[in-house]
Amino acid sequence: MNHLADLPFWAAWLVAAFLFIGGSLTLIGSFGLYRLRSFYDRIHAPTLGTSWGTAAVVLASIICFSVLQSRPVFQEILVGIFVTITTPVTLMLLGRAALYRDRSENNPNVPAVDPPEGILDQPKMGDKLESVEQCSSKHE
Amino acid sequence: MNKILPYPLLIIFLIIMWLSLTSFTLGQLLIATIVALIAAQAMAALQPAKARLKRWKSLLKLTGIVLHDIVRSNIAVTKIILQGNKRARKSGFMTIPLDLRDPTGLTALAIIITSTPGTAWLDYNSARGILLLHIFDLVDETVWLDLIKNRYERLLLEIFE
Repeated sequence: MNHLADLPFWAAWLVAAFLFIGGSLTLIGSFGLYRLRSFYDRIHAPTLGTSWGTAAVVLASIICFSVLQSRPVFQEILVGIFVTITTPVTLMLLGRAALYRDRSENNPNVPAVDPPEGILDQPKMGDKLESVEQCSSKHE
Repeated sequence: MNKILPYPLLIIFLIIMWLSLTSFTLGQLLIATIVALIAAQAMAALQPAKARLKRWKSLLKLTGIVLHDIVRSNIAVTKIILQGNKRARKSGFMTIPLDLRDPTGLTALAIIITSTPGTAWLDYNSARGILLLHIFDLVDETVWLDLIKNRYERLLLEIFE
């Protein structure tokens, strides 16, 4: 990576600053994922990495290669766009799976299905699961 | 609908994307055009709901607002995670009745809510138009209701409906 020595002073600082911001945010997000206790709290933490964590690294890359090649380099924006538009898919999938499980276990901490219920949303095995829950709580 | 050139914007974006990922040469332009035309035909075969952008001005305004909010909530969530358990924090669910029905508008709202740290889109009841969110720092429900309804949804309604 010798060509990086050609990077002017101001650009080097700017790139370093953005890389630092992006890296720190992603690290803090991962730390939050480890630290937080409930599932629903945990899904918030990695969004730090998918929003400004990604954006800052993308900006650093754009600045670095635009300055080095003396022409605007913008294909990194595609990384940002695809990360942004695909995150909701995974997040909703995880969120709804968790919600479905908690509802079918009659967890009192999650909101109930609001009427009119879809056929698929209806927890059918509520009674059975409740008895299982009671058994397990006795063991505790 | 135009049979030979469906989705002209998609074709242009695909060509630009292909060229920026490879190189701006005549050969690549030819391949890019062929790929984009086939992709547009495939898209037309899927028959997705046609999105219509009504007001570009509102779209620009919304983009600005969202970028600003993402920076702000990044800082807020970072603070909460680093503070740990020193401060009593209450997270929780909240439901929001939406007036927005346009699928593209709802997609945009989902992307906005997801990419803003601190809010997560969990469920949407399409029959009643009720959105279920999980809020990381739920101090005051009316603040969040106001944020989604007045800050995002009003503009999205202007843009898509």
